[in-house]
Amino acid sequence: MKALALAIVVLVGGLLVSATVDFPDWADPNSPASRHVSPRYIEKTMEETSVPNIVTAVLADYRGYDTMFETAVVFTAGVACFLLLRRREPRPGPSRVYRHRATGVIVEMNRVPDKEPSPDVFKRIDDDWTPHDLIVMNVCRLLIPFIQLFALYVIAHGHHSPGGGFQGGVILGASVILMALSWDLRTAMLRMKETATGLMSAMGVFIYAGVGALALALGGNFLDYAALSPLLRVDPVAARSLGIFFVEVGVGLAVMATMVLIYKNLASEGRLDQGL
Amino acid sequence: MEEYIPLLLTKYNYWVYITLMMIGLWAMIAKNNLVKKIVGMNIFQTAIILFYVSIGAKYGGTIPIIQHGPGHGHGAAQIKALAYINPLPHVLMLTAIVVSVATLGVALALVIKIHRRHRTLEEDEILEQLRES
Repeated sequence: MKALALAIVVLVGGLLVSATVDFPDWADPNSPASRHVSPRYIEKTMEETSVPNIVTAVLADYRGYDTMFETAVVFTAGVACFLLLRRREPRPGPSRVYRHRATGVIVEMNRVPDKEPSPDVFKRIDDDWTPHDLIVMNVCRLLIPFIQLFALYVIAHGHHSPGGGFQGGVILGASVILMALSWDLRTAMLRMKETATGLMSAMGVFIYAGVGALALALGGNFLDYAALSPLLRVDPVAARSLGIFFVEVGVGLAVMATMVLIYKNLASEGRLDQGL
Repeated sequence: MEEYIPLLLTKYNYWVYITLMMIGLWAMIAKNNLVKKIVGMNIFQTAIILFYVSIGAKYGGTIPIIQHGPGHGHGAAQIKALAYINPLPHVLMLTAIVVSVATLGVALALVIKIHRRHRTLEEDEILEQLRES
């Protein structure tokens, strides 16, 4: 098996290496990839969409159809994780596991109260124990709002600086995951419920497709944001810029919710009970 | 030998991506543990991303964000395509990165599912269990 694998790897690697002779040189300005469609994007983006960040403009405007389905792929991955892992079995016996946050000991409770017990219940067990992750928890608590603010900035400022829906959405999702890691999954679940993640993930794709369909309804092509100009009361160029922004918000929502959804299901094996 | 040195110097980005890609391919074929296979798949994806991004590079080109661009609707007077690197590979890879994270999530979900059923992640042990049943 190993010998066969080595033979395949050496063969494929040799073929690829021999093919590099015909490839353009590193950073050659006249390479075929840089000669056809990309000069047009670079020279016309500012004129047509008034977005300085060409990557954002190409992503959400010129190749908007592609990006819409990339968002749909991300959404599908989230749904697939949910369907594969989520367990909704009627609980075998009324026991549930809780983590005693200070010591990291996992406690199994046999008689579960109807209401979620507050995290303070465990505090009383040993009150003078200094939690070993006190600093981590409190630094994260202070940091998370700023991380989320920065994520919103990355989404909204994607027209003028590196950023956009995908990057901002991942940062936003990471802030929720950081909360789940530094506190525990249940605390994160209180802030962002499971239905909320599912709905937001679907909502992101819906916003993207909805903006496209709105352009269709106003007489343009699908995802042709210039058709939105009568609705937004701006000229067609600015309408394209604004259309990109709406779409990026949709992408950000979908990506954020999907990241959180995947993390929650993976970390707790689909129980959403007690994570890592 | 002499003629290979410029070849090596002007095309080293391809060598890097091929090396990474072969590491990933090796891991996907030869490794027995399923998580290691997934790591191999991720290295493979990273190699592709490096390949695409390196194609977009241009000597003397800056990042594809127009500096001091003319205001809204004033037209593009002096935007030279040579001054900015190719934005297209960056766009493609931007989405590819997020999709690779999503596929990684699904792959790990499948691995958890397999582990739940077979209590192991070694491929040969799983195959043996399947043969027995």
